[in-house]
Amino acid sequence: MLYIFCPHCGSRSQNEFAYGGDATVKRPELNKEISDQEWNNFVYLRKSPRGKHLELWHHISGCRQWIKVERDTSTHEIFKTYKADELTE
Amino acid sequence: MSQDFRLNNIGMVNRNKKISFTFNGKKYFGYEGDTIASALIANGVHLVGRSFKYHRPRGFFGVGVDEPYAILQLERNNERDPNIRATEQEIFEGLEVKSVNCWPSVNFDIGAINNFLKMFFPAGFYYKTFMWPPSFWYKIYEPFIRMAAGFGEASIKHDKERYEHKYEYCDVLITGSGPSGLASAYAAAKNGARVILAEDKPRYGGSLLTSDVNIGNQTGAEWSEKIITELKSMSNVIVKNRSQVFGYYDHNMLVMSERISDHLPKTQKYLPKQRLWYIRAKEVLISSGSIERPLVFGNNDTPGVMLSSAAKEYMKVYGVLVGKKPLIFTNNDSGYETAVEFKKNGVNPLILDTRKEPSSDIISEAKNLGIEIKFSHVVVAAKGYKKVKSADIAKISDNKKDLSNIENIECDCICVSGFWTPSIHLASQSGNKSEFNEKIDAFIPKKSKQKENTIGSANGKFTLEETINEAFDKGYEVSNKITENNNKVSIPTVVEKKSTEHDKFWCVPLPKGKSYKRFLDFQNDVAVSDIELALREGFRSIEHVKRYTTLGMATDQGKTSNLNGLQLVSDIENKVVPQVGHTTFRPPYTPVSIGAIVGREVGKHSKPTRKSPMHEWHKKNNAVFVDAGVWLRPRYYKQGNETLFEASKREAKNVRKNVGVCDVTTLGKIDVKGPDAAEFLNRVYTNAWLKLPVGKARYGVMLREDGIVMDDGTTTRISENHYHMTTTTAQAANVLSHLEYYLQLVWPELNVNVVSTTEQWAGAAIAGPNSRELLTKLFPNTDVSNEGLPFMGYKEGDLFGIPAKIYRISFSGELAYEVNVESNYGNFMWEKIIEVGKEFQIQPYGTEALSTLRIEMGHVAGSELDGRTIPHDASLEGLVSKKKDFIGKRSLSRSAFIKPDREKIVGVVPLDKTTSIPEGSYIVKDPKAKLPNPKLGHVSASCWSVEYDNPFSLAIIKDGKNMIGQKLFAMSPLKNKTIPVEIVSSHYVDPEGKRVRA
Ligand SMILES: [Zn+2]
Repeated sequence: MLYIFCPHCGSRSQNEFAYGGDATVKRPELNKEISDQEWNNFVYLRKSPRGKHLELWHHISGCRQWIKVERDTSTHEIFKTYKADELTE
Repeated sequence: MSQDFRLNNIGMVNRNKKISFTFNGKKYFGYEGDTIASALIANGVHLVGRSFKYHRPRGFFGVGVDEPYAILQLERNNERDPNIRATEQEIFEGLEVKSVNCWPSVNFDIGAINNFLKMFFPAGFYYKTFMWPPSFWYKIYEPFIRMAAGFGEASIKHDKERYEHKYEYCDVLITGSGPSGLASAYAAAKNGARVILAEDKPRYGGSLLTSDVNIGNQTGAEWSEKIITELKSMSNVIVKNRSQVFGYYDHNMLVMSERISDHLPKTQKYLPKQRLWYIRAKEVLISSGSIERPLVFGNNDTPGVMLSSAAKEYMKVYGVLVGKKPLIFTNNDSGYETAVEFKKNGVNPLILDTRKEPSSDIISEAKNLGIEIKFSHVVVAAKGYKKVKSADIAKISDNKKDLSNIENIECDCICVSGFWTPSIHLASQSGNKSEFNEKIDAFIPKKSKQKENTIGSANGKFTLEETINEAFDKGYEVSNKITENNNKVSIPTVVEKKSTEHDKFWCVPLPKGKSYKRFLDFQNDVAVSDIELALREGFRSIEHVKRYTTLGMATDQGKTSNLNGLQLVSDIENKVVPQVGHTTFRPPYTPVSIGAIVGREVGKHSKPTRKSPMHEWHKKNNAVFVDAGVWLRPRYYKQGNETLFEASKREAKNVRKNVGVCDVTTLGKIDVKGPDAAEFLNRVYTNAWLKLPVGKARYGVMLREDGIVMDDGTTTRISENHYHMTTTTAQAANVLSHLEYYLQLVWPELNVNVVSTTEQWAGAAIAGPNSRELLTKLFPNTDVSNEGLPFMGYKEGDLFGIPAKIYRISFSGELAYEVNVESNYGNFMWEKIIEVGKEFQIQPYGTEALSTLRIEMGHVAGSELDGRTIPHDASLEGLVSKKKDFIGKRSLSRSAFIKPDREKIVGVVPLDKTTSIPEGSYIVKDPKAKLPNPKLGHVSASCWSVEYDNPFSLAIIKDGKNMIGQKLFAMSPLKNKTIPVEIVSSHYVDPEGKRVRA
């Protein structure tokens, strides 16, 4: 079970969090003309990298903040966590 | 009965407390502190089971977790506990155990015929013998395997025992209380670290309890007693016995199973059976010790052949002799310690040492005690079926290939020592890749992936001095990283006998003309010949060899067999062991009860139960409850002998005719506040929200980005910047996360806050033609006329002194209101509604009537919004704004969602007006079409229309709009029904919606 550092609460066990997927996906702006292909990429296509990955976790049984976690998907090492609005490196 | 094999002046069991127990129905006695194994051996019992494949007689091989043979089944109070290791289970008064894997009895086992049919059970026999013809599998092979195999029977009854979970944090977790565990725990604790020391056995001390050593001028046992007493007295230390750390997971999370009352008679009512500890440790010191390796020779599975260290522990800890004519077969000095112990207890052993002319302290001691030693000698084969009676021994050549001078020696046990295998399981589980150490012929941990260090003999340190020094150093080092106290305790001096090198010999060659079975894996009956066969058949990877032969795959996980298996593969392949590699160790290190893993989360406790503030009223008024997510909701209120069908019909009819009241507290409620709240709702919902005035409610539909309907509900503008959103009961939590996602990550510029208020409000839906009259009496000071409170209006009111919120919204399709009060007043509100409503013939109604009412109105709910429907499918396209953008809008123009024959919701009525259509039925054109019959769609919800008194269903079918008026068929292969139906509008009752606006 992972031990995730929440920038708002401190280190907490994984069972307080819900996984939220790839944090690098950016929602297309509202009212923007966009092709089927682009929209399809946004809604359905995700990379599944082995190694470093920036992902979203929701501290659902804690502060209820969405946070970004930089994690190695094969070793589970967590390098850094960010607040939702914090710029990632 | 006398205990012929009990010694008088040795051991740690409590001789003042006799305990009786039964084994296979026969009564025996032992002493407090005995295990089943030690007590049975004291009584001269060595036959306790039958092996897995060949049903060969099985005795005791070890004295702890490594035990491959003595797996028993415990029975008490008609409950069964299978897979109990006799070497671990302590006896208690009234304990009942029996053998497993033998039928009809352990002494006469029919399955033993397999032993004579060995040719049918070679490696991979599962894949060969039982394959063809396929029709034989169910009727013949499987029942046969099932009857012959297995280690006990699981009880099919509910487990009444209690298991607990506990979460703990510490600085240093130490797994094992042998010399390295005690020393490191002491050093870390003295340095101020929060320490947990876990010991699997009842007694602390590990090898110190049985070895002839001296630490700081005390015997090993005395020193361990002193250290453990001091550790127990320290407030920063938790010391746990009967506790096995069995799993090492990510981020230094380890799981430990504590056996709390397994060793006690079932009289402690409030004591749990076991407790599972989830321990998050900053640092871990693995001090799990090492397990003695067997030597491989003919019939080495015969009862009476056991590890020499086990024989020594039975003497020193339990005061029990495993035999009176012992043969010690060793390739190292450890066997001598056992021999010396026998001699000290008046028994004359014979030592066979594979080494040519070794010399060391302990060998000299054995010689001085007059123990007979034969160097360059081996056991060729054990003789005797149910117990060792003698052994064929031989002289072995210097190159270890040839045997000579074979002779038969009488003996009643053979104690083997093939040197030691470090228990690297936990380190391996943590991700630590091990390395092969040539000096000890075994793997030891290499580089830590997580914050762990392996110490002592688990790390290949086989002298006490090295172990103690390393443990004190590591205990200080890792604790100081955390505490920075720099408090180093001095290391005591150690006195021990110097030992000499072991012999890299592990398997005795077969004498000419003999084909003895030489076993590697004692629990799964894997012999040398099986491995040889697997390699001949082309298996190369050790992982494949393992699976094909089942080597190391039994409940003991190959604790005694793995290394010898690797040695054999590397010998045959002409490789060295590190090239062969070893198989992966995975948790659990020892078997864990399913009950312990589940903990208290069983039955009703597997999820929380949420109850509305009116729950007690419902109970008192004969409500029959139904699970709605985690909520308990009244399904119907039973009157007399009513059935569900009758009651729900009565309740629904009364809503249509008079007035009903339904507990809607469970609806999700979310406060949406802030200057940008309207803009936010406008992006979340498909319809327009910017112009909703204060005091008005609106029905809204929200989508996921893929265009699928996520949820629906009404949201009311309470004040300028305050909206009260409702969600369905089921989606409440998901909707909140969804809103938080967009506010925090996608549109952080919006100044809006959301918070769940579900539990803050109790809700009652008052529905039916009499509802306004009732409301007038409930709120005499509030204008609730059609003009004062129109459809989709909202007002605050005063309910007999209690502030209430009144929403004129309707799910039933009748004139209806929802009244909310603070939860604490919920029951007050409810009782007032019932009391005042009497003159209007009010009746409470449950979820079943609620469903009927919404279905015949064509209102969609979870069964239609099932994660596959877009707004169009549920006839909600009128709520989809063409002007503005919103979550999921772009998806709605994808080709599949706009094709002309897209599914749409319709009503379905059986032609005979009497046959109810099962939910889930297919709608088809031709019921006799070839299977698979092309379906137009499915029936999502069914009810008995109380308006028309006939069955009515909702269905979502292809091109639904153009199907209205058609005669089709509803097919339910599950219920074997084909029902001719007519497709009608989904708005079956009051299609113009006059009633809600009346
Ligand atoms: Zn948090």
